[in-house]
Amino acid sequence: MSTALPKQKNESLGRVMQHASGDKRFKILEAHMKKYQFRHDALIEILHKAQELFGYLEDDLLLFVAYKLKLPPSRVYGVATFYHFFQLKPQGEHTCVVCLGTACYVKGADKIISSIQEKYKVKSGETTADNKLSLLTARCIGACGIAPAVTYDGHVAAKQTPETTLERIKTWI
Amino acid sequence: MQLDDLKAIAEKHRSSRKKIIVRTCMSAGCMSSQADVIKKNLEAEAKAQGLEADVEVRRVGCMGFCGQGPLVGVDQNGEHGLWEFVKPEDAPSIIAALKGGECKVQRGDPKHPFFAKQMHIVRANGGIVDPERIEDYIAIGGYEALHQALTEMQPAQVVEEVTKSGLRGRGGAGFPTGLKWGTVAKSPGAKKYIVCNGDEGDPGAFMDRSVLESDPHIVLEGMAIAAYAVGADQGYLYVRAEYPLAISRLQIAIKQAKQLGLLGAGVFETPFNFNVDIRIGAGAFVCGEETALMASVEGKRGTPRPRPPFPAESGLWGCPTLINNVETFANISAIINRGGAWYAGIGTEKSKGTKVFALTGKIKNNGLIEVPMGIPLRQIIMEMGGGAPDGREVKSVQTGGPSGGCIPADYLDTPVDYESLTKLGSIMGSGGMVVMDDSTNMVEIAKFYMEFCMEESCGKCIPCRAGTVQMFNLLEKITQRKATARDLAKLEELCDMVKNTSLCGLGQTAPNPVVSTLKFFRKEYEALLQPDPFGPLSNGAAKPTELATK
Repeated sequence: MSTALPKQKNESLGRVMQHASGDKRFKILEAHMKKYQFRHDALIEILHKAQELFGYLEDDLLLFVAYKLKLPPSRVYGVATFYHFFQLKPQGEHTCVVCLGTACYVKGADKIISSIQEKYKVKSGETTADNKLSLLTARCIGACGIAPAVTYDGHVAAKQTPETTLERIKTWI
Repeated sequence: MQLDDLKAIAEKHRSSRKKIIVRTCMSAGCMSSQADVIKKNLEAEAKAQGLEADVEVRRVGCMGFCGQGPLVGVDQNGEHGLWEFVKPEDAPSIIAALKGGECKVQRGDPKHPFFAKQMHIVRANGGIVDPERIEDYIAIGGYEALHQALTEMQPAQVVEEVTKSGLRGRGGAGFPTGLKWGTVAKSPGAKKYIVCNGDEGDPGAFMDRSVLESDPHIVLEGMAIAAYAVGADQGYLYVRAEYPLAISRLQIAIKQAKQLGLLGAGVFETPFNFNVDIRIGAGAFVCGEETALMASVEGKRGTPRPRPPFPAESGLWGCPTLINNVETFANISAIINRGGAWYAGIGTEKSKGTKVFALTGKIKNNGLIEVPMGIPLRQIIMEMGGGAPDGREVKSVQTGGPSGGCIPADYLDTPVDYESLTKLGSIMGSGGMVVMDDSTNMVEIAKFYMEFCMEESCGKCIPCRAGTVQMFNLLEKITQRKATARDLAKLEELCDMVKNTSLCGLGQTAPNPVVSTLKFFRKEYEALLQPDPFGPLSNGAAKPTELATK
């Protein structure tokens, strides 16, 4: 056991570094870490950047961050899984984020989400089988004045209904 | 940078102003309806109609009336006009209207109670200054309070002034700000920190987002004054990742303030140094709790820890830390400029000053309002908000988000202050006010909030981690009409247990929506209950033996 652990660690590190060697995005990420002087308290900022570059946080990427920051992988994985913003699975081509804040909820956001779930057979937090659409929910995006709000690929749309939402998604698929 | 330099910038900026100012709201709400295109079109149209020399099209922050957006304001000959529901193609007629032309766009009324009953301190510059230009903020007297504090006041005097103002924390709990500042100032330690809590997680609240997007410098100035008062030289501004526009505007603001020597080393050429870094949240409601937020600033999982020690004694990296809400910091420059006594003259005996509320839900006039403390709830909901739309009745008002409660319509004459709302089983909270009409099912609302708390529980302490799940299951059982009086009694028992034994504010307040809806709308719960097949044997209810003797 005592010898197995370091060996396993070396193997995974070797794989990660090989993975990283041919990819420019890892270089950008490393430059970003340097900007923060590889400080441990910048971990969340670095994970934000990693997700921005790669779209989601895969295991090798988390190992890379842990290795570079000299942090135990458990700490990096723990932080990545704690915060809702970090995605550990790849997302679909398009994302549709339905805000489920109170203001949106009392104005019918629940109907919007169930209409999408029904039409595209996708649960919230998941991606359709053809990888076209990821349906996500938000806990309030602070756009309560224009409730119910839905974010399509990063763009917030005001005063949505099940009909307008389905119409918008139809243009993607 | 000296005061003269500051005044010179202000003077230069004021004199370069044009006769007519067209203000385009470019905060997140209006941006979602193409406010950026509207601004571009207005600029192009002003040029096309030969008004380039007279008209300035300005990017401004939130004007408050978000439900009627996108909004365009016009300042012409000392009069203020307002256009509502503007579309990009309306630009030509709006510019033509400046010359007296016809315009079909809906005109807003700046004298409407929604605006007339407001009192602006925190949002004084919202919708007026360009959040991406520091000169705009300086031109209306920005950073003069910081200069005054640094050159004319001792740190203890600043704390004194804030104490005198009676300002209480705007994050929800209402702890006296002056007292907190005094504690941090007195705590021994060479290194101290300032943290601004912009992790506005309450669903239905967007006051902090709006302040950060519309007037980032007022927050930075407040933080700098606080740093001087307590002896800190490093500040962190924690903002939610869900607010990308606020983050980018803050980054611009910090950069501009550093360039002018208003932040960084030797502020106003005094020995005072103050740096601010932005920390971006990653979507965890519990990070609004101060100890969890500090863990997150340190790059860890955002889980709270027991207090004491309070952050004022041992906060970030074990150093004394002052942590205040965005809105609290936004009040500071006005208090220094106009004096604590002036501020203490506003509001009620125990709740001073103004409070910003996000008025949303089933109400005609959606948006952001700033009102003096002590104003009756009825004035906010009925006069400013215009009541419920579609001829429906207001049933209740939810304040304080998942930690607050539902106030029924019968209690609308309650004055809005910390104590009165607590007495009703709700809290002031950060300022979300969600109105519900008579079509709303209160049990569903309680379930909605419990689901929120269940998902957002960090899992550190058992009462919150397991208790919220059990309470949610019971509520689900009730809404599915499968529950009996026994389940309701169990729910009440759990509410009490979770409230009294949880580690942090999230768990301690998680039962509030259930408790308050049970208090005022118990009939709605009872209507869903099924007869108990085993008789009325349940917690607190009469036992069979007692029934037999009766």
